[in-house]
Parts: sequence; structure tokens; C-alpha cells
Amino acid sequence: MSTARGQYFKGMLRRIGVAPGPPPFLWGPALVIGGLLLLSPVYLTVRSLGAGVEFWEGFLRVRTLEILLRTLLLVATVTAASIALAVPLAWLTARTDLPLARMWGVLTALPLVIPSYVAGFIMVVALGPRGMLQGWLEGPLGIERLPDINGFPGAWLTLTLLSYPYVLLTVRGALRRLDPALEESSRGLGYGSWGTFWRVTLPLLRPAITAGGLLVGLYTLSDFGAVSLLRYETFTWAIFVQYNGAIDRALGAAFSLALVVLALGLLAGEFVTRGRSRYYRVDQGTARPPAVMALGRWRWPAVGFCAGVVLAGLALPMAVLVYWVVRGVGAGEPLLLLWGDAWNSLYVSGLAAGVTIAAAFPVAALEVRYPGLLSSLLERITYVGFALPGIAVALGLVFFGANFAGFWYQSLGLLLLAYGILFLPTAVGSLRSSLLQVSPGVEEAARSLGRGPLRVLVTVTLPLVWPGIWSGAALVFLLTMKELPATLILQPIGFGTLATAIWSAAAEAFFAQAAAPALLLILVSAGPLAFLMLRERG
Amino acid sequence: MARIGRFNRNLWAVLLTLGLLAVLACGPAAQPPQVVEKEVVVEVPRDVVVEKEVVREVPVSVVVEKEVVREVPVEVMVPQQVVQEVTRDVVIERPAEPGQLVIYSGRSESLVDDIIQQFAAVTGIDVQVKYAGTAQLAATLLEEGANSPADVFFAQDPGGLGAVEGMFTALPASVLERVPEWARSPQSKWVGISGRSRTVVYNSERLTAADLPDDMFGFTDPVWKDRIGWAPTNASFQAMVTAMRAEWGEERTREWLEGIQANNPRVYPKNTPQVAAAAAGEIDVGFVNHYYLFRFVTEEGDGFTARNYHPRGGGPGAIVMVAGAGILSSGENPENAQKFVEFMLSPVAQQYFAGQTFEYPLVEGVKSPRAQFLTPLVDIAKPDLTAEDLTDLEGTQALLQATGVLP
Repeated sequence: MSTARGQYFKGMLRRIGVAPGPPPFLWGPALVIGGLLLLSPVYLTVRSLGAGVEFWEGFLRVRTLEILLRTLLLVATVTAASIALAVPLAWLTARTDLPLARMWGVLTALPLVIPSYVAGFIMVVALGPRGMLQGWLEGPLGIERLPDINGFPGAWLTLTLLSYPYVLLTVRGALRRLDPALEESSRGLGYGSWGTFWRVTLPLLRPAITAGGLLVGLYTLSDFGAVSLLRYETFTWAIFVQYNGAIDRALGAAFSLALVVLALGLLAGEFVTRGRSRYYRVDQGTARPPAVMALGRWRWPAVGFCAGVVLAGLALPMAVLVYWVVRGVGAGEPLLLLWGDAWNSLYVSGLAAGVTIAAAFPVAALEVRYPGLLSSLLERITYVGFALPGIAVALGLVFFGANFAGFWYQSLGLLLLAYGILFLPTAVGSLRSSLLQVSPGVEEAARSLGRGPLRVLVTVTLPLVWPGIWSGAALVFLLTMKELPATLILQPIGFGTLATAIWSAAAEAFFAQAAAPALLLILVSAGPLAFLMLRERG
Repeated sequence: MARIGRFNRNLWAVLLTLGLLAVLACGPAAQPPQVVEKEVVVEVPRDVVVEKEVVREVPVSVVVEKEVVREVPVEVMVPQQVVQEVTRDVVIERPAEPGQLVIYSGRSESLVDDIIQQFAAVTGIDVQVKYAGTAQLAATLLEEGANSPADVFFAQDPGGLGAVEGMFTALPASVLERVPEWARSPQSKWVGISGRSRTVVYNSERLTAADLPDDMFGFTDPVWKDRIGWAPTNASFQAMVTAMRAEWGEERTREWLEGIQANNPRVYPKNTPQVAAAAAGEIDVGFVNHYYLFRFVTEEGDGFTARNYHPRGGGPGAIVMVAGAGILSSGENPENAQKFVEFMLSPVAQQYFAGQTFEYPLVEGVKSPRAQFLTPLVDIAKPDLTAEDLTDLEGTQALLQATGVLP
């Protein structure tokens, strides 16, 4: 991980004139993407400026500081808990002889497909005051009141169970590609299993952990569904109160800008810890698949741990949904199986995944291969959209779309742009960690053998980062499947998705009617995710 | 499914018409014709189409249809007779190119899609509807400005309509005057379509209306300890608190909130579970909107053990909130937009809201199918508040937070 050799290589390349600067096929698209990403902050600034004195009164209340602290508390605890949960899970499912490791590998990632507004509602109904759990306990055990799930504990639990897979996926990917030679050297030099894990494996996983943790933190910042249903007031909730209750766009935009600043703080923090270490092999040869570690007597406790997480994060919510559907059908309600909406969801999510991963490539390639102030700045900007609530991004696009691009307004294109702005960093993150593990020497060898930079990219780099492309596309796909606020505002008229169907059913009718589309959404999303993960393994 | 439903509806209409004609043939035929003349004069000249709709409308659902037949056989006969003459005209009257209409609907699809589809079927207009939350759509309209594709904004509450009032064109008096003055914009910019009232749902096995206090403040009495349910995050609940602040003032509203808190109310995420809980006896009273009860009664029968109580002393607990619509001045189809608003205020659509969503029709003379449980709108002691009085939601949120009702 020394950087001396890297400097030496770069110096040598500069001398032979191979790597003078980023080629136009990278910085051209990157400039366009950067411009599109700036639409949201520009819009929010324009709107905030219209706020006037009343803004400062509303914004500088003491409560704003309180909300800020509450938000930071939630972000910090959810991120910490997600890492604590995900790193052992990733290690168990990727590197040990855990029984049924393949199955656990798929199941532990699946809570990612549950929308937070569904999980939040299930949490309230199942564990809340007068909830299902208490109903069951009341009869036999006479328990009158459970500790209140509302507020911080409920929001923390729900968001942790929903978002730990971000860390799990990035860390597991990194563990699979880790060069076992380093760990073997560590053991050969005298460290035991634990010592090796703490001193070698964990530091090697640091980019993956921080990248996943950053996604968890930013997701927690932007989440509205879980915090509103579990009644824990965060910045995003405050933004929605402005838009929903008071219909005050200026104050809503001002709060959103404050959220952007908060996100930039988190991003700077992550950037500092990231450093400039290298994570690819520098000597000859390629990495072997890592050795499988025997768990011994820890086998069954490990299975219990995996099963517990799957039970809480996946099985219970699914069981509640199935129970609602069965009860609803039993009461004579029509079963809403919205295949048209399901197809729309799959179609638009697939498109969004494709478009977003294509946009992510130049950003990630620039940042990894041509590090500099501009490329780092661009990479950081991509994260801003992820931290913004969907409604703020969507209204910005409504503003620009309706007033400056009428032909484009009310089209699927604008909706895809919104998804791109919201979810680009997940794609950039996966591509980036894949690219980091590809030695530039491989590309340079191809260049020196006479291939042009674009051909090298397509024929050498792309196949090597294929796993990163798949996992990035999968993340964007899943996030798009469950995205609600931007979809509601920007969907072309008559274009319904499963997420909007759940919203529509839950808005007025009994929740049983929303359970069927929610279940369908989870099943339809789970299929592609499971397929990808099995493929990644094989 | 929708197609089968419509087919069934038509089938029912045919059967019902036949049945009614049979009744007509058997019954005394001397009186009805004079009444018939009146009906024709009122409805036919402007929008013949509506008359035809009556055929479809009567059997809105099985339950409603039974009620109509049982309750008002004579009144139903009247339009039925007209129908036979008018339907032929419809074909001629409908414009060759009915054109388009874009509706932004803050009312949810499950509530209003049927009646909007009826409008489209009858007029032949190509109706496109964008469904989302009322507030989001209001914000969207404000961002779109004059470039908005929308012709009509159909909103769940006056707050949303008020936010975009500047973008509406003034409605003609002929439209506005169909609803009472309190249910329309003072600036003639929007008109109420249907009404929802706040109410107290109570367990009818343990209590009668006489046991309940004259107004909401009575529930702060310690005798109500551990017997109350509420849903403080619900928008309509917050509208009631806003009404309290306008009617009672800040201090008394705070006292009320603290008094209810002291009575240890059960907190629910929304209105529906409160109604179920009141019927099951988990709570004795719950603060809800009036129409949830009727959805339960429709599903579970008249023996459902909960009833609504509108505070007899009036006050903020008896506010009536309207859902309404306005026409955007930037729209490209102003004529179709006005047709839509007129249709929503026609007896057909008003009957739909009364029978299907169990809301209060705002046009006079429309019968509600569950009249035996539904307090007539005129009998509710509504406080004298305008839509503007209910706009300060932020102050309400602040008060709810200050009293610890909301986190």
C-alpha cells in the first residue's frame, strides 16, 4: 500500500507521454453530468432567495438546532449499527464454511428491497402501542403496555434493518476480490486469525466500509417514510412539513439547502478518511480466490446470528404483509395484483439502472484514474442528490422542465433524470471500488501495445469492472423500484408504478389493500437481486 | 375488472329501469307527469348528457341501490321517465371533437376515479388525470406556473386550493351558487365539491349521544381518563386544532391539548383504526372524520357498534372541511374544465360522493343513502370559520410540539 511505487509509475508514464490528462470521451460526458447534478442546488438557491425575512425567523429558531442534532444522532447511530451488523454478516457469508452460506448471502441482502414507508408502517402496527405484538402478549401474559417504539428507537431500528445491506453489499464485494496473499503473509509473520482480521483484513476493507457507511448515512438523512411514520423529527421531515402542510416552497428549499450543507460535511469527513492508499496488486500474478475459513464450534451461533437478522429484517415484515393480504381477501376485499403497474416499475427501474450506470462510468473513471481537484469535486457532487429528499429534486426538475424544456416535460426522460440525480452515487461507489482494484498497469500495458484509450476502456477495463457494474446497476434498480415522492410528481400522466399504487391504496383505504402491491413490489425486486447475487458467486 | 363492473352497472340499470317501469305501470299514474316537466326544464337545456347519466348512477353499488329503491321510489321515477326521451338527443348534442382535459387530482384514485371515468364516458372528452398528494400538486403547479399542462385542480382541502388561488380563473356565479357560501372561495376562485366533518366516534353499546359533552372541551374532564383515542399526525385532526386556535384562542387550545394528554389518550397512526377500536370497546370515544363509520357499516352491517356524534354545542369539533376544485387560467381546455366542475356539482356526481365516499353532498336536494346514521349538514352546529382561518398549519404544528403531542 505504499504510494512510492505509484509515484514512480506516474512519473515514468508522464515521461513516455502516455497519461497526460483525461481523454475527451471521459471529461466530455462528465461535464454534462456535473451540469445536470447542479440543477437541484441551483433551483434550491433560487427558491431560498425568495424566502425573505420570514425565512430567517423560521430557520434560526432554536428548534432548527434541535432538529439538526436529532438528525445527526440518527445518522451516526444508524450508520454505526449498520456497519456492526453488516461486516460480520459479509465475512460469514463470503469467507467461512457457514452452512447454507449461499442462501444466507441472498437473504441477508434482501431487506434492501423493502420500502421504508412500508417497513415503518409495519413497525408501527406490529410493535407500536396497541400493536399486534402487544395483542398477542396481552391475552396469555397480561402485558398492558410495551415500551413505546415511536420516536428514536423505532426510527433507528427500522432504518438500520433497511439500510445495513448497503454496507453488506460493498464489503462482501471487496472481501471476494481481496488478495489472500496479504492475509497469508500476515499469518506467516506471526499474527493469529483475529490479529490478521483486525490488522490486515479490516484496513483493506476500509474503502468498502466507508463507501457503504456513507450511503447508509446519506440515506438516513434523506429518508422520510420511516421517520414520519415512527414520529422522529429529522431535517427531511421538517422539509416535508414545509412542502406538505404550509406549502411553503421557499422555506422547504432553504431547509433542503441546509441538508445539502450537512451532506457535504459528511462527504468531507469520508473524503478525509479515504486517503490515497492503493488496493490493487502491484507485483506479477493475479489474486487467487480466498481460502474458506472453518468456523468450528462457532458454526451454529453464526447461523443463529444470520437467521436473527433475516427474521427481523425480512421474514417479519413479509409475514405481516401476507397476513394482511390473507385477512383482506378473507373479508372479501378484491386482491389487487397490478401487473400493469408491476411492468411499469420494472421497465422504468431497468432504464434508470442502465442510464445511471452509464453516467457513473466517466465520473468513477475520472476520479480513480485522473485524481485531481476537479474530478474529486465531481465525484463528491454526485452524492448531494442522494441526501436530498425526492420532493426537492422533483420540484426542481418541474421548474426547469416546465419552463425551459417544455417538450421534455411530462416525459419518462425527466423522471429518469430525477432517478439519475437521486441514485448516481450508489452506481459511482460500486464502480469506483471495482476500478480501484484494477491495476492501471493492465491498462497501460494495453496502451503500450498500441490500443487507443477508448478501446482499452471497452476491451480491457470494462470486463474487469463487470462485477462493479452489476452491483451498481442492481442498487439503482432497487432504489428506483421503491422511490415514491419524485415518482409521484414526475411520472407522466397515466404511468402508474407499484410504489404509487401502494401510496394510492394506503392514502385512503384500509391498509390491507396496500399490502398486496407492497408484497408484489418486494417479490418483483427480490427476484433480480437474488439472481445477481447468485451470479456474482458463481 | 373495470369493464365487467361497468357492464354489471349497465345491467343493473336496465333491470332497475324495468323494475321501476313495472312499478309505474302498477301504481297510480296520475301524479308524476307534472313533476316530470319541472325536472326537464332544470336539467335539459345546458347539459343533456347529465340526464342520461342518471341511468348509470342510480345503482352505484348494491347497497346504495337497495336504499334508493326502498326510500324514494317516487323521486327516482321522475328522472327515469325523462331518460327515455333524452338519451336519443345525447348522440346529437355531443360535440364532434370533445377535446381533452387534464386534471391534477389531490383526491386519491380509489375515491374519485369512478366518477371521473363516468364524466369521460358521457362527454367523450379525453380525460387525463395526475394523482398525487394535494400539497405536492399545489407545489408542482406553482413551479410549473403558466406552462402547466393542467386544466383543473381537484384538491382534498382548501389549503391546497388557497395556495394556488392566484393561478385560478374566476368561476361563474351559476357554478358557485350551487353550493352554500361557506363552501366556496370568497374570491370566486374555487368551489367546494363535497364536505367532510370532524366528529366524535363512540361505542354505542356503552354510551349514547346524551352521555357525551356539549363540545370538545368537555373531554378534558377526568371522567374520560383512559377512554379517548386520537391520531395527532392526521391532517384533519390538525385542521381541527387550527380551528380551535381560531375559535378559542391559543391559550384555551393549549389547555385542551394538555387536558386530553392528562386523560392518557391512546394514540393511533390514522383515523380508521380508531373507528374499529371504538366499535371493539378498546376506546369509548375517538376524534375522527365522519365518513369512516359508514365504510365500516357498509362492510359489517348496521349492527356495527359505533356511531358518530357531532358536538351539539358546536365549536371546533364540528368543523366541516371541503374538498373542491378550481380552473387554471393557463389551461388549454377552459370549456371542458368548466364542464367538469359543473358535472361534479350535478346531482349525479353529488349522489356519487354521498353514496360511494360517504361525504356530504354540497348541492341541495341530494339524498345520502345512509341517512339514518348521517346527521344532515344543516343540523351540524358548524363554527363560523372561513377557509382562510384554517391555513395557519405551522402555528398548529408548533403548538402540538410545544405541548408534547407531537415529538
